[in-house]
Amino acid sequence: MAKAKGAIVVDTKACKGCGVCVTACPTKVIELAAEVNGKGYHYAYMANPDSCIGCANCGIVCPDTCITVYRAKADATA
Amino acid sequence: MRELKLMKGNEAIAEAAIRCGVDGYFGYPITPQSEVMETLMDQAPWKTTGMVVLQAESEIASINMVYGGAGCGKRVMTSSSSPGISLMQEGITYLAGSELPCVVVNVVRGGPGLGTIQPAQSDYFQSVKGGGHGDYKLITLAPASVQEMADFVELAFDLAFKYRNPALILSDGVIGQMMEKVELGEYKPRWTNEYIEENYPWATMGKKNRERNIITSVQLEPSVQEAFNHKLQKKYRECEENEVRYEEYMCEDAEYLFVAYGSSARICQKSVEIARSKGIKVGLLRPITLWPFPTKQIAHYADKVKGMLSVEMSAGQMVEDVRLSVCGKVPVEHYGRFGGAIHSPGEVVEALENKLLKV
Amino acid sequence: MSEINSIISPENIVYQKTPLLTDATMHYCPGCSHGTVHKLLAEVLEDLGLQETAIGVAPVGCSVLLYNYIDIDWQEAAHGRAPAVATGIKRLLPDKVVFSYQGDGDLAAIGTAETIHACNRGENIVIIFINNGIYGMTGGQMAPTTLPGMKAATCPQGRDVSHDGMPIKISDLLAQLPGTCYVTRQAVHTPANVRKTKKALRKAFENQMANKGTSLIEVVATCNSGWKMSPVQSNQWMEENMFPMYPLGDLKDE
Ligand SMILES: Cc1ncc(C[n+]2csc(CCOP(=O)(O)OP(=O)(O)O)c2C)c(N)n1
Ligand code: SF4
Ligand code: SF4
Ligand code: SF4
Ligand SMILES: [Mg+2]
Repeated sequence: MAKAKGAIVVDTKACKGCGVCVTACPTKVIELAAEVNGKGYHYAYMANPDSCIGCANCGIVCPDTCITVYRAKADATA
Repeated sequence: MRELKLMKGNEAIAEAAIRCGVDGYFGYPITPQSEVMETLMDQAPWKTTGMVVLQAESEIASINMVYGGAGCGKRVMTSSSSPGISLMQEGITYLAGSELPCVVVNVVRGGPGLGTIQPAQSDYFQSVKGGGHGDYKLITLAPASVQEMADFVELAFDLAFKYRNPALILSDGVIGQMMEKVELGEYKPRWTNEYIEENYPWATMGKKNRERNIITSVQLEPSVQEAFNHKLQKKYRECEENEVRYEEYMCEDAEYLFVAYGSSARICQKSVEIARSKGIKVGLLRPITLWPFPTKQIAHYADKVKGMLSVEMSAGQMVEDVRLSVCGKVPVEHYGRFGGAIHSPGEVVEALENKLLKV
Repeated sequence: MSEINSIISPENIVYQKTPLLTDATMHYCPGCSHGTVHKLLAEVLEDLGLQETAIGVAPVGCSVLLYNYIDIDWQEAAHGRAPAVATGIKRLLPDKVVFSYQGDGDLAAIGTAETIHACNRGENIVIIFINNGIYGMTGGQMAPTTLPGMKAATCPQGRDVSHDGMPIKISDLLAQLPGTCYVTRQAVHTPANVRKTKKALRKAFENQMANKGTSLIEVVATCNSGWKMSPVQSNQWMEENMFPMYPLGDLKDE
């Protein structure tokens, strides 16, 4: 199993479930949740957290800026 | 230093604008007011006071450039004549709805449509009853001389900034084109950005040490829009209370009253003299502000005179406000040539005799 | 999981919301390109330190409430008049950084004259142009940029070019004017495109700071509600249909 190099935090209340981040993720980390948030949207979440490389693609394409992206410093995960 | 000069009304507007420290003028040529921008371009005030002068691609663009400058708290103006002012109506209602001060000059010509380039007073309704959409008012000043063309520029800006509302100088081709002696005011410095930020904190000058400023007229929530409209109406009532201006001529013993503004008032002065030489005691009330209208003063004469004649170069527009002022207490008639024709003093007296004396 | 928790700590942040974006939730439909462009705009203003000098002009269109989302001074223009309003601001306050943000109906239909003449005068402003090929705000009617055959509320059978003419490639036209210094066409549907658009925005504002004239950034965008597709489908449809008509890249860079 790949070791996570990055992680994301989705503001699930603000997420509109558009799915744009899902397609943007090169390592298929993100999926839309089966359940919905307060606004009725299937929000995005890290379905495969171990695959995240912290590339920030998801955050960059999110129209509602719901995603904060973290990347471990090279030495920290070494 | 004050200076005496012989000039056209349109030129006086331009001269006065530079002298009273106006920041910007945006316009588009149209007869009979093109001399305003021509004079400004000739004077090149950007080299002296720093005033911006720009010929826009249309009156729509002019008024929206005015909007942009006004939103920054700058003293910005435009001028045009009837067809151009019609094009500006959208911008004017947005200015009113965003509570932005500015000055618009209309040197009226005959209409409707392309009409004629000759003088008229047929834009009264457009000026004081709305013009654009929504419940708003334009502070409307009606100069009757070249001197007033000059003086009203600063007055209009003062009122516009006092009430955060556009002000209109409603002139006509006679006043715009005629030459008279004018005493021009002293050169005053333009407002600095610091002065504007201190006195007009709503202006968009870049968000620095304060919340962001937003100039807008959109309020999608009806209750908020209603509250905003109440605020506007309150401001308009205050303006009606404080800013009515008019002039009276030989009214003390008058049995009849002419009500006339602008160039028509000039003509009626002569008509008063002719009528009085015939033994008809007539006076002249000249509204200087068409909105707010001198309703109370006209009502005051309803108990004193036998009839009123609203004399306008239109098919009868201001006459409606005169009638509303007197509430049926005295007969009110209209007289005026229109479509670019100008009545003579004698014609006015004849109309007074026919419409009010012979009944 | 503990491993992830150790990654999620402030010193590891590589991407987050810029403070120039306000906390207001944008009113856009899910996946709407407007949000992405707003974000980039806020980031560029932040990066260039322009918060205190920028004055934005918002349009009439879906982005009419744009001023609620970026924490700078704003003026809201009448439909199509943003370039004239921006002209007024910039002429009166030449030291401020002034931009307009406009949809295709706003910029290329009702405001065509204002757009062309502002560009022709070389007004030292930035114009951000969101071309989603439709009137989003009013419910998906045909825009000047609607593609041939593309369905919209006022051309339910698809745009018939013999009746409505071909879509207008306004950026190509504006690139012909000597007043524009930079005209580029970008998109924001993939991370790579978002990065390019951000660079383009940055260059546009730098041009203004260097007094170079008008910079126009067209963003070929989606309106998934108007197009009646999912956001992800819209992105694909845009690539297949919009890009052939509106190819991405610089049209002018002087
Ligand atoms: C003078 C005027 N005419 C029409 C409208 C109605 N209207 C509002 S937005 C709009 C079109 C917006 O389309 P676009 O500029 O492409 O922006 P989008 O919503 O697609 O982002 C129209 C026609 C208006 N507000 N004002
Ligand atoms: S792109 Fe943003 S709004 Fe859309 S699903 Fe992902 S996190 Fe949610
Ligand atoms: S940071 Fe990159 S790898 Fe991680 S979820 Fe986002 S797009 Fe996927
Ligand atoms: S209607 Fe279209 S342009 Fe408007 S918010 Fe929705 S997706 Fe965006
Ligand atoms: Mg559109």
